[in-house]
Amino acid sequence: MEIMAGVRGKVHYCVGEHDFYVDLGKAWQAVTGSKQYYSFDHKGVHFVVLNSILTFPEWMADSKWNTGMERMKQMARLDNPKGSPFMVGDAQREWLENDLAKVSKNTPLVVISHSPLQKIYKGWNFWTEDAEEVQEILKPFDKVTVLYGHVHQVQYNQIGNISFHAAMATAWPWPYPASYAQSASYLPVLTVKMNRADPFQERDATGWQFINLHTGDVDVHYELANNTNRVVAFNRESGRPEDTAFQTAQRQIAAQKHY
Amino acid sequence: MNNQQSARVALLLAALLGSGLAWADEFDTRDTYRWYQEYLEVVKEGEKLFHSARGDNTVSCDQCHPNASNTHPETYPKFQKQLGKVAALHEMINWCIRNTAEGQDLAADDPDMIALQAYIAYERRGVKFDPGKH
Repeated sequence: MEIMAGVRGKVHYCVGEHDFYVDLGKAWQAVTGSKQYYSFDHKGVHFVVLNSILTFPEWMADSKWNTGMERMKQMARLDNPKGSPFMVGDAQREWLENDLAKVSKNTPLVVISHSPLQKIYKGWNFWTEDAEEVQEILKPFDKVTVLYGHVHQVQYNQIGNISFHAAMATAWPWPYPASYAQSASYLPVLTVKMNRADPFQERDATGWQFINLHTGDVDVHYELANNTNRVVAFNRESGRPEDTAFQTAQRQIAAQKHY
Repeated sequence: MNNQQSARVALLLAALLGSGLAWADEFDTRDTYRWYQEYLEVVKEGEKLFHSARGDNTVSCDQCHPNASNTHPETYPKFQKQLGKVAALHEMINWCIRNTAEGQDLAADDPDMIALQAYIAYERRGVKFDPGKH
């Protein structure tokens, strides 16, 4: 929050699991002054911010846990077999339907969530349990962009009218789920993987990510301190986001092969 | 050896076998089951170590390697450009403990080091052995 205090202009926050699971978001709401889910309009674009890191009510219930911190530690461990899948949930989906009922179908939509609103790998919650239901609500609109976090790596996809882009993190990137040999995972085939990070360079695979919405389609610029910069931009001919340098198999380099 | 001596040796053998002393390393599924359970016990210990602080900060191995992914035990020993030599897995584990977790090196035969490797290998079971691969 000290760093964010230096930002001039209005800041919109989106809740993640580390903000949430000690006290179900109370402290986060007090510090940010934000609601857990809301929408706003800006320059002709309708923005929706969701709390996508909810899970089953009985798992979240205070009565299940000795302390809030115990609950947090279970959810904060990525590879926890006792974890629980993220979800938007019935109440919020109903709110979303009502919110979007007031928006014309040719208004560009930008939806921001912590977890991917698509199913990639359940074991690490690269996943939202009701992703298809949310996508269905977004389907009638001409142009939808979903921006999400959680995965700490380059990911992008196109499902019907919806473009997806992941955010990197201030921390070390997570491995791609395919590098866990014991489970199947579903990284979008469109995604050209980021270079494998060099553990001997602590700043490798960290840097800045600029998300440009100016054209109405998103182009994402990765400025990586110790690595090759990347630009993933919407290609209007193919109708999907593509890496501007590495999209075709022939252009990909050894460091982009994860195993 | 005369016939009498031969008979004594045969008697001695029969007595030893009869007493249940095994001479060769014959084993059956009860043994292999028990040995695998011994291994899984150490895997469990390694899983705990892998998910708890290994040094002075609170960083644990799983924070970069969920399910021990991206550890590639099947590729060691291999040349590590940054170490300038062919290194064994335990040397790379120690590099992570030292630099990322701000902890102390473990000896190659330290039970904690064995447990960490047991867990890492378990999470990578079934993957083709491929030493030297990058």
